[in-house]
Amino acid sequence: MNRILLILFMVSLTIVTNGNTIRVDKNGNFQTLKDAIRFSKPFDTILVSSGMYSSVNTFVNKPLTLIGVGEVLLNGFNKDDILIIQSNHVTVSGFKLINSATGNLKDFAGIRIQKSKHIRIHNCDLSEMFFGIYISDSRNVQIIDNSSKGKNGGQSNSGNGIHLWKCDSILIRGNHLSGHRDGVYFEFAKHCRIENNLSEKNFRYGLHFMFSDDDVYEKNIFRNNGTGVAVMYTKNVSMISNRFEENWGDASYGLLLKDIKDSKIHNNSFYNNTVGITMEGSSRINFNNNDFTMNGFALKIWANCIQDTFYHNNFSGNTFDASTNGQLELNSFDFNYWDKYEGYDLNHDKVGDISFNPVSLYSMLIEQVPFAVILLRSFIVYLIDIAEKNIPYITPQAFQDNHPVMTRIAR
Amino acid sequence: MIRIEHLSKRFGNLEVLKDIHTSFGGGKIVTIIGHNGSGKTTLIKCILGMVIPDSGNIYYNDSSILTGHHYRSEIGYMPQIGHYPDNMKVGQIFEMLKDLRHNGRILDEELLEAYELKSIFNKPLRTLSGGTTQKVSAAIAYLFDPAVLILDEPTAGLDPLASEILKAKTLKARNAGKLILITSHLLSEVEELSDNIVYLYDGMINFHSTIEELKERTGEKSLSKAIARIMKGGNLA
Amino acid sequence: MLKIIKYVIYDILRNKILLFFTLFLALMAFSLFMMQDDPSKSLISLMSIVLIIVPLVSMIFTTIYFYNSYEFIELLVSQPISRKAIIMGEYFGVAGSWVLSISLSLGIPVALYSANATGLILLLSSIALSVSFVSLAFLVSVLTRDKSRGIGISLIVWFFFSVIYDSLILGILFFFSEYPLEKAVLAMASFNPIDMARILILMKMDISALMGLTGAVYKKFFGSGFGMIFSTLVMLLWILIPVVFAQKIFKNKNL
Repeated sequence: MNRILLILFMVSLTIVTNGNTIRVDKNGNFQTLKDAIRFSKPFDTILVSSGMYSSVNTFVNKPLTLIGVGEVLLNGFNKDDILIIQSNHVTVSGFKLINSATGNLKDFAGIRIQKSKHIRIHNCDLSEMFFGIYISDSRNVQIIDNSSKGKNGGQSNSGNGIHLWKCDSILIRGNHLSGHRDGVYFEFAKHCRIENNLSEKNFRYGLHFMFSDDDVYEKNIFRNNGTGVAVMYTKNVSMISNRFEENWGDASYGLLLKDIKDSKIHNNSFYNNTVGITMEGSSRINFNNNDFTMNGFALKIWANCIQDTFYHNNFSGNTFDASTNGQLELNSFDFNYWDKYEGYDLNHDKVGDISFNPVSLYSMLIEQVPFAVILLRSFIVYLIDIAEKNIPYITPQAFQDNHPVMTRIAR
Repeated sequence: MIRIEHLSKRFGNLEVLKDIHTSFGGGKIVTIIGHNGSGKTTLIKCILGMVIPDSGNIYYNDSSILTGHHYRSEIGYMPQIGHYPDNMKVGQIFEMLKDLRHNGRILDEELLEAYELKSIFNKPLRTLSGGTTQKVSAAIAYLFDPAVLILDEPTAGLDPLASEILKAKTLKARNAGKLILITSHLLSEVEELSDNIVYLYDGMINFHSTIEELKERTGEKSLSKAIARIMKGGNLA
Repeated sequence: MLKIIKYVIYDILRNKILLFFTLFLALMAFSLFMMQDDPSKSLISLMSIVLIIVPLVSMIFTTIYFYNSYEFIELLVSQPISRKAIIMGEYFGVAGSWVLSISLSLGIPVALYSANATGLILLLSSIALSVSFVSLAFLVSVLTRDKSRGIGISLIVWFFFSVIYDSLILGILFFFSEYPLEKAVLAMASFNPIDMARILILMKMDISALMGLTGAVYKKFFGSGFGMIFSTLVMLLWILIPVVFAQKIFKNKNL
């Protein structure tokens, strides 16, 4: 898939370089981008010189390459969209975009891409945006090394950093998204690749997707977002080597998995979140080689999750390693490292000789009575957990690691 | 020197002192006698500020003792049984008290020397016999040259020689114009030392008079008989 | 008063019990840190031990010490020293010894193995906790003259605060789980110095878990400096109030 994408882009680039070059300059023949576009022929290149240009609803309706040279600022003056791409084979790079409109009338955006193919947006800085880059009904789009900042409107009055709706084969790489409602938002976006992005301090989610099958998320950092990352109603997702950090709050988590199926979550790090992963209605997910460190709860697994496997993960410094709301557990844990494991290894195979149950009675109790967390680490809680450990009665017995490894797994 | 006005004290249901009203002047040895439980120790402890009265007042040189503690620099107290911190040595208790009570006056170390206490300065207080502890208590009471001395059963645990030393010291203090309040059961000692006698009966002062007055009133020749008669006969007034 | 403090500290140093406890606690802290590769894990174990042992030992030690000093106190009362100076001298002497003891026994291992904000807050909370139980012990001691009764009451007070009280909170939370109890729970926790010390430590150690709590009051409490300031103030009250009462009672006490 990716190879095809790459070849297609090679082709598109060679086409682009065949046209003429038009300059936009404050003192030149073309003083606005709109004039230049009107004059241009398909596959021309438009170079824009330093300066501030008004750009309200600038339509790019033929295949063009737009390049900002120096400090080029496109100002939307909070009136409407700034750039609207409605043609295939468009490349935009080197611009600073500022002040898209805000409001409930429509999803105003810095760059809007509609029903187009082979689009490439790179090295653009968007700020004071409602929506940053809004892509709909498009395919083969590359969004690379851009940044987008929202308007600090709070959750209800801001848009998403990169917003995809009904898209296919989109590459999102190396972008920095902050101050939006969701950093990256996908709905019906398939076969996409999201890598090396940093999504932080967004009001709701760092990454939010639904109905977006066959996507790969790799080496992204989702940090300190309002509620973390939420992914729902999707199958065949790969989330690899991402970092989910510092998402604090009563409904916050590093990663929420809701109705996710047949997916891989490997080599990720969940650090210092209220909950590392919250999982509901999700099945056949492999969690391998992840690190869960210093979270309030590393895992909250609802009883409607089945056939998920946890293998070779490290759990350390979490207040609670796992909690669940039911008795029936049909997931499996094997060969994980748990720093709370107190068993022994008499045969020196580096695997503990007795199994480990990461769910404490108290953690289940908190599910019932959340305010009881105020008694955390009190003597009475200690007594309750000791009693339960020795005479298991309430905690689900199926929920256990039969081969807990003795030392932290090196990465 | 000390004036007690309408002093009352009860512990729970027990009325220990009932409207005590009297005064003591300097240059006198006053002995307080009475049955066990007649309120002698409570009266002394009131004067010392260890027991807080329910009503009434005590004045030292016309200022109330209930509102301050400075008057106690003029009081030397020898308890019936001296209890001292277990870990302390004899020398340390003297050092500590000097440290706490420095008032610039010349220290009176006569008893300290007469009892040869310096030789046992390195002994822990808990190892001392009852008599030696009493010697320490007596030496402490006189150490700061106070104007008032309160001696609770002073000779009870002392050997005869030590007793005599203490009596001599007490008479000397009286002659120097100090007020000495003693409680005692030993009538011979009372007769030997006392100028005045206070007889406490059931929390009240039965009489407060000189020995001569007492003998006169009872018509007895010896003090012991006079007192025995009062104790049997109860009220004299 | 300074002189009395000096004598009390001198006396406590000589009776060696506190010295033994200091060594014992230090030894325990060191072994906990050495047994674990991860100091933050050792800190958790240390916290649970400290929350039980420090209140117990400081309470019982102080009560026994007070009764054993009764003669000394009587002696002082007959001297030209105010009662306030006597009781406060005794108090600062005992409390000072405890501050010293905990600072050394926990401070040194924590400084060596876990010199961070969590370690510091554990140390400070432990000190505050021990001093608040010294205060409580003084209150108990001036209330009754009988030594064995005083020690008994002290044990009950400790047991109440370390086990019974939290069980009651847990019971109430369960029983009224449908009600929005967040303010009530915080208020209840404030009435237990052990809970306050624990919450102070939790706010550094497990803040990510505490932030999982629903409710605006909890969020405000744990999410801002407010909870830290509130708990510190309540802890100070737990030190101050019992000793102020002890002092008032002692002022009018018959010895």
